[in-house]
Amino acid sequence: MAGTQYRGSEIKGVDQFVNDAAGLESDREKEIGQHIGYRYDVNLVPDYTHITPFLTEYMQVMGWDDLNWLEDIHMGYEEGMAAVFDRNVNGWVRIPDSIDLPDNQQDRDMIARELLVKFQMSPNHPLATLRKAYMKF
Amino acid sequence: MAGVTDAELKTMSQEERVKALGMTSEQLTGKSLYIEFDPEAGENFTYPWAPEVDYNKRTELDTDELTSTEVNNRIRALMAEGYGTIVLKNPRGKHSLGVGILSRLNLIIEGSTGYFGVGLIDGPNVRITGRVGWSCAENMMAGTVVIEKNAGSTFGAALRGGDLVCMGSVGSRTGIDMKGGSIIVGGDTGALSGFMMQRGRMVFCGNAGKNLGDSMYDGTIYVGGDIQSCGVDAVEAELTELDRAWLTRKLTQYGLMPDKGVDHFTKIVAGKQLWNYDNLEPHEKKIIL
Repeated sequence: MAGTQYRGSEIKGVDQFVNDAAGLESDREKEIGQHIGYRYDVNLVPDYTHITPFLTEYMQVMGWDDLNWLEDIHMGYEEGMAAVFDRNVNGWVRIPDSIDLPDNQQDRDMIARELLVKFQMSPNHPLATLRKAYMKF
Repeated sequence: MAGVTDAELKTMSQEERVKALGMTSEQLTGKSLYIEFDPEAGENFTYPWAPEVDYNKRTELDTDELTSTEVNNRIRALMAEGYGTIVLKNPRGKHSLGVGILSRLNLIIEGSTGYFGVGLIDGPNVRITGRVGWSCAENMMAGTVVIEKNAGSTFGAALRGGDLVCMGSVGSRTGIDMKGGSIIVGGDTGALSGFMMQRGRMVFCGNAGKNLGDSMYDGTIYVGGDIQSCGVDAVEAELTELDRAWLTRKLTQYGLMPDKGVDHFTKIVAGKQLWNYDNLEPHEKKIIL
């Protein structure tokens, strides 16, 4: 019997999951002791007035008119720390403490996108090691 | 790892390579993995193993007498030679053409392709002048794919990222199990489009068939024409200014902007009633455990 009345807790502010790492709000979440749902708005489309010079150059190099796959990248929060999800390792990459978090999600998303591109294209990325070990062509 | 060169790795068996790279002692414990990484260290825009290609270096490949595997191997070899623009002639509806391209490339296919064309790609810009069969750009990660005519069913199945555009109409189950990216269709779409969609965006300038967005978990569907019916848990939502700006930009980018603008688009999202099993689930677990 799937699908009763549950909805995830609402995202009320940009620092909600920094200030409340557990994110237990609804009765359901308190009951199971776990936050359910995304800790950011997955449907938030980018506002290009917030784009960074690095991302502009990345778009030019790739021959794209917009952020392309990065439109789906957002800054999320893991255990109260700002982080970005890397689909290539299926895990969260934490934003370094040295980076100050802006006061709005659009700017935070741009930081997450820039960091993720730099990490994925780095020779230190786990995919580079995996590829060396298991490469077929 | 530091003491092993790429040349040495290539002479080893897979088992030897894994050991030499220190991977055998790793255990999947669910703990954090600490990797040294300096965001300011370098500014690479492509994967470390991606071939250096020049968009201005162009070549043509007549695929008439080649099998799909031969064509795909030739594309890979041409990219290794630095060709950044490759034109495939006479594809004649071959299946699985242009799959697994994991780097930047301009790929132009002059004609129509069969099933699973340009699947599993991560970065290239593809233009197909004809029609495409089932599951075009399945599991696409990044890049752009533009089809100038119509497309078959399961268009963009399990799409993860990038822009997938069909100037004509598409079949049923468009974007089934979609996990990101954007699917843009200039014409109509068939039944069960957006079935089990998890995130990403779909735009249909024409009409949508029965059960649109059935069992969708998240994501957004925009429809410019009529919707025959919405599926389970697919509900209408308000079109915001950010939605309008995004639609205007994307549709203009691909030459699909309707004369009457974007205000008439209907926005469909998940009602999020299917996210979890019912409230008895924790009690069931306690009984089982």
